[in-house]
Amino acid sequence: MSDTSYVRTEMLEQREPPASTVGVIGWARANLFSSALNSVLTLVALGFVAYILSALIPWTFQSVWNAESLSECREIMIATWGSTHGHACWAVINDRWLQMLYGFYPSHLYWRVNLALVLTLAALAPVLFSEKSPRQMIYLTLAYPFIMPWLMWGGSIWNPISAAVGFAIVFFGTRHLTAMTGSLIAIIASVIAALLWWMAISAPVVAGLSSVIPIGIETVQSREFGGFMLALLLGIVAIGVSLPIGILLALGRQSDLMIVKAICVGFIEFIRGVPLITLLFVASLLLNVFLPPGTNFDIILRVMIMMTLFSAAYMAEVIRGGLAALPKGQYEGADSLGLNYWQAQRLIIMPQALKISIPGIVSTFIGIFKDTTLVSIIGLLDVIGFSTAIRADANWNGIYWELFAFIAVLFFVVCFSMSRYSMYLERKLQTGHKR
Amino acid sequence: MSTLTDPPKESFRLSMLIYDTRYRSATIQAVALIALMLGAAWLINNTLANLNTLGKTISLSYFTETASYDINQRLLDYDSQDTHLRAAFIGLLNTLLVAVMGCITATVVGVLVGVLRLSKNWIVAKVMTVYVEMFRNVPVLLWIVLAMAVLIESLPSPRAFRGENPEATMSLFDSVAITNRGIYIPEALFSNSLGNLSLFGESSMRFDVSLDLIAILVVLIAGFFVSSKIRQRADRIQEETGDRPVVWWQRLAVVLVPFVIVLAVLGFHLGYPELKGFNFKGGTHMRNSLIALWLALSLYTAAFIAEIVRAGILAVSHGQTEAAGALGMRSSRIMSLVVLPQALRVIIPPMISNYLNLTKNSSLAIAVGYMDITGTLGGITMNQTGRELECVVLLMAAYLVISLSISLAMNWYNNRVKLVER
Repeated sequence: MSDTSYVRTEMLEQREPPASTVGVIGWARANLFSSALNSVLTLVALGFVAYILSALIPWTFQSVWNAESLSECREIMIATWGSTHGHACWAVINDRWLQMLYGFYPSHLYWRVNLALVLTLAALAPVLFSEKSPRQMIYLTLAYPFIMPWLMWGGSIWNPISAAVGFAIVFFGTRHLTAMTGSLIAIIASVIAALLWWMAISAPVVAGLSSVIPIGIETVQSREFGGFMLALLLGIVAIGVSLPIGILLALGRQSDLMIVKAICVGFIEFIRGVPLITLLFVASLLLNVFLPPGTNFDIILRVMIMMTLFSAAYMAEVIRGGLAALPKGQYEGADSLGLNYWQAQRLIIMPQALKISIPGIVSTFIGIFKDTTLVSIIGLLDVIGFSTAIRADANWNGIYWELFAFIAVLFFVVCFSMSRYSMYLERKLQTGHKR
Repeated sequence: MSTLTDPPKESFRLSMLIYDTRYRSATIQAVALIALMLGAAWLINNTLANLNTLGKTISLSYFTETASYDINQRLLDYDSQDTHLRAAFIGLLNTLLVAVMGCITATVVGVLVGVLRLSKNWIVAKVMTVYVEMFRNVPVLLWIVLAMAVLIESLPSPRAFRGENPEATMSLFDSVAITNRGIYIPEALFSNSLGNLSLFGESSMRFDVSLDLIAILVVLIAGFFVSSKIRQRADRIQEETGDRPVVWWQRLAVVLVPFVIVLAVLGFHLGYPELKGFNFKGGTHMRNSLIALWLALSLYTAAFIAEIVRAGILAVSHGQTEAAGALGMRSSRIMSLVVLPQALRVIIPPMISNYLNLTKNSSLAIAVGYMDITGTLGGITMNQTGRELECVVLLMAAYLVISLSISLAMNWYNNRVKLVER
């Protein structure tokens, strides 16, 4: 028997994969040039990107930062690069950026706006990153709705305190009266007491306290508000207030109570059927007509009310989607545990429904924040209103790319962070299995 | 021995209205209804009192007064001697015009971008991602104002087209003039025109419909009808015999031949824009405001539609594609016969709300001076007559009617294509 063998007895040496399937080349073959059509698409896209970048990069970086007017900008461009084409004149931003951010807010009080912004972030932290922030910060979040308006508008410190006292009355009244009278009567009684306090008692008390202990900061009129600050202010208020209202509207729309349901459906469909600009017309022209004769309250407050209602209607639909997506077993399970309606909503239904609707809620937030720019149409000087004013200025007549790029970046940063946060939250709350 | 007894027959007590679940809902609803009616009464009372103080009454008589302002972009005839009602009507048509144009472009661009974003080609997918994020995260008003500024500031003025060596020339074989006053495109003219069909006489709602257009439409619709009959016949033959007759040229011919004949009979030719003096004459003039609004709205909405299309395609489970592949279908067939029909069911409902959003966003026309219904009824008419209440209420009613009609129509379509489950 010969020892000729047709079966290999030792393993072959392991070889490197072909050079064309690994590394940069392999990646490019798989992702860029996998077929003829793909290669054409890649070349077209590469050409497009190269064209855009070759125009954008010199425009952005070979630019003029210090000039008094567009004509001076152009003189500098001619002197430096020999042409005015393809160079940005950032001097306009350098000249007006404070105005575009703060409007006509008094410049020695900018610290108050900045502090309010810092406070906003601090107050949001316990809500957004609940497990990473200290528990005590939640008190700041509770105080924030009173501190922020006071910082922005100024005035006596007793105003926010008296507003807070009303809520304190509701909170402690409900807590202590419940034992004596039962929960429903306790709630009604304390709400009436709080309303009495706000409507009748607080004004003379504040006046008295302000004359005895005049602690306060300089008042800023609403007409001095403007710029990107106004967009942030309107956005924060509309977002913060519309979520609870939206939840209530969604519950109303899902409820068995026919009349409540009809009211909610009517409200939601009406608001969603008309453009925001018509609601802003109502705010600027009609709201005073609807209110008792002689009422004349602030235009920014009126806009805030309308934007909140607008956003709440959209929010309600998003949350209704989440409610509808919950399996019926969850509702029945809550019932079988003997929970009452509000307990079931708070402990079982809402946590799940809100989790499902996070993407929709955040895109409604982003939408309402972008829609704050519409106030420029009813004459408030927000950042787009300022861009129009600057373009009408003789010094800067004819400039537009730089202004709009600046505004676009401002909005992009805020909106993009919001959408990224929603993705983070979705991942964090993900409890199911993922493929 | 049974211990069951009838439940105690209590007499009705007032507290049962709150504590007994049988009556509580009625109580809550009664309270809500009373509160709603009180609130409405309060608002109406305030409104009447305020209007009384201002010396105004609620009436729509201003509608018949002369509007005395011009609308430069319009679909029907209008001059400043017409009534406010006519102006509002022209504005409404302008709203619909930009909404329809915007919806079509947004759908085309959006579907293309959405599909390309799913492409395996890395760079194409990234470019599309940048487009989507850029447009979604910046306010639409900014895009509208920017588009208007670019059109006005960067395009050549009509003067640049003059002279022996003009700085600017017309594009597309000298048929389209792109200037900073708008775009002039060729218009369709008929030398043997059938004339116009005037609806509603001389009233404010008068509506001239070109009979030529009707004739062309009738011929086209008839052509498509016959063509679909030919397809059905081919389908039937295929089912009976297994062979499909080649019918594409018949189907093309029954649509095209009558169409070309009717165009020839009507004497169809194009009217080109020409430079006369300082401006272009002839052709159809699309103003900057219309183009800016149309471009900005379409590109903005397209970014949202792209995301919807992408989500819809991703929602079709991978098993469907693999099963179709196992049956031996080509990838284009898999897309058109398996993936898209299922994806459409996910895509259509959010698509409806995006069309609605585009229509509502078209009210931002007022920022660039396009005279849509917000610009006429809610703009100049309101300022001239000082009747804010009536104008805003009518404006809202107009948008409500548009929104509800779009959602009704699209819901009907959605119900037709949606998956019928057991």
